Amino acid sequence: MTRTLPVGYLPLVDAAPLIIAQVFGFAEEEGLDLQLKRAASWSMLRDMLDFAQVDAAQMLSVVPVARALGLGGGTVPLEAPMVMALNGETLGLSSRVAGLVAAPFGDAVAAGRALAKLGQPLRMGVPFAFSMQAELLHYWLERATGGVAVSIHTVPPPRMAEALLADEIDGFCVGEPWGSQAVATAGAHLLLPGSAIWSQAPEKVLATRVGWCEAEPDLAGRLMRAIWRACRWLSDPGNRLTASEALAAPQHLGVSPEMIDPSLSGRFSLGPEGDEGFAAQFLTFCDGAANFPWRSQAAWIGMRLAERFGLDVAAAQSKARAVFRSDLYRAHMAGTAAALPRDSGKAEGNLPDSAPVPATQGHLTLLRNRFFDGAVFDFADEGR
Amino acid sequence: MPSDISIIVVEKDQDRASRIVEALTAAGDYRITVLSDEAGLAQRIAELRPDVVLIDVASPSRDVLEELTLASGAMERTVAMFVDKSDPGITRAAIEAGVSAYVVDGLRPDRIKPILDAAIARFHMFSRMRTELATTKAALEERKVIDRAKGFVMRAKGLDEVAAYQLIRKTAMDQGKRVVDVANALVMAAELLK
Repeated sequence: MTRTLPVGYLPLVDAAPLIIAQVFGFAEEEGLDLQLKRAASWSMLRDMLDFAQVDAAQMLSVVPVARALGLGGGTVPLEAPMVMALNGETLGLSSRVAGLVAAPFGDAVAAGRALAKLGQPLRMGVPFAFSMQAELLHYWLERATGGVAVSIHTVPPPRMAEALLADEIDGFCVGEPWGSQAVATAGAHLLLPGSAIWSQAPEKVLATRVGWCEAEPDLAGRLMRAIWRACRWLSDPGNRLTASEALAAPQHLGVSPEMIDPSLSGRFSLGPEGDEGFAAQFLTFCDGAANFPWRSQAAWIGMRLAERFGLDVAAAQSKARAVFRSDLYRAHMAGTAAALPRDSGKAEGNLPDSAPVPATQGHLTLLRNRFFDGAVFDFADEGR
Repeated sequence: MPSDISIIVVEKDQDRASRIVEALTAAGDYRITVLSDEAGLAQRIAELRPDVVLIDVASPSRDVLEELTLASGAMERTVAMFVDKSDPGITRAAIEAGVSAYVVDGLRPDRIKPILDAAIARFHMFSRMRTELATTKAALEERKVIDRAKGFVMRAKGLDEVAAYQLIRKTAMDQGKRVVDVANALVMAAELLK
């Protein structure tokens, strides 16, 4: 019997797993009819989840962790049974500031040095205070720019280009298609992909209210498997054009397919002059067990939030790691082709190249996992 | 007793804004400011230091307000806390009506309630008006399609208007379809055969 399920998303390229699951029948194969509800802001989507207008939603990976630490708005605790996308952020500058910054696209160290030489305070826009965009920006600015004064402001992504033109901000870190849109309409220059700061940053998760997956195990399992199959489909380069067209539709992202293709191909127009650049690991939907919600990813987010907001780091990490429910992922993905790692945590930042790790059956391959400064976040896994 | 509560209404549409202000004025003696421009919103709100901010649930600028819940340095007072902390029931009612409220930390619930009640009632009215407008629009569209189908049947079969409509209605009843669906099919076929 087909069951209907209301799910929420924001019009971003990385909402693709939910949209593709519904449009190309992966949900139907699981006997699911996803009612896709588009929200206009992260606060709105969070409220829709809190007040059960949707049962699951695409969500910024940082939001459920922040909630567990008592930061930000919202009413009920959330959790992440699955990661939907790694990376996919672009960092860019207004044409005025970009003219003063000489650095090759994707070189986080050189870009940091160039900003340090500017000797003037910078105003950067991010979509939400609790987002991987904000985390990556803080992480990079603290380590690469020699203490340049930077203020970070929330700017709704559809307004990012306008805010650049109005001189409200000097640059941004935002999810696609809004970086490419800022290049096309506001003369912005792309400086870095988010993957140049951390090549395996968990960007979006599937979020549910705590307890929903246990109360509705059948629905949760169908949903997670449908999303995983959509992610696998998205990771096939042969499906890129079809995916761009489907996502571009007016009821979903409502932009031209040309604005979507860069994030799927990794090839970007870097500025109004039309220079092209390639970003490795720009946006990962499936490869390297990307959908597995590693406890170590949540712990990293917890540590960063704790440091910035003055909370106890050890306590925050322990609360955070419980938010990424690798146990639920294991339970619902068992019996599919999804590879399950033996451990639920890993050292983040210690893979200069793809490498095999033990899986529950044989091995699975993890992708290159590096922070731009070579740091390693070593996470002691205390079981599943 | 005059109230010392200041309210910011974030609303682009002037007509809607003035209706909200009207409802709030009827509910109590508040200092009300309407901000219509999304540009520089965070800065304007920080300068005005309101006790309550009312904004459409579906406004993209809401995420800007979320940031203000964090911007509480030692010298500032907490700008705004989401109202859930005081009463989840009323927050739910507000969200369902389509308005979200950010309320300064420490404002007593009994002082917030009349403001929210007024806002909720007004937003319910907006959503009714939206539904009505959509229904009227749809009805007009249906009328247009049925008129075009009638014209087609009149020309093709040499019938007068009443007979043409009766034929379309009978066909719809026989097939268990709506008149507008049959009319749509006719119009589509007519376009193809042009």
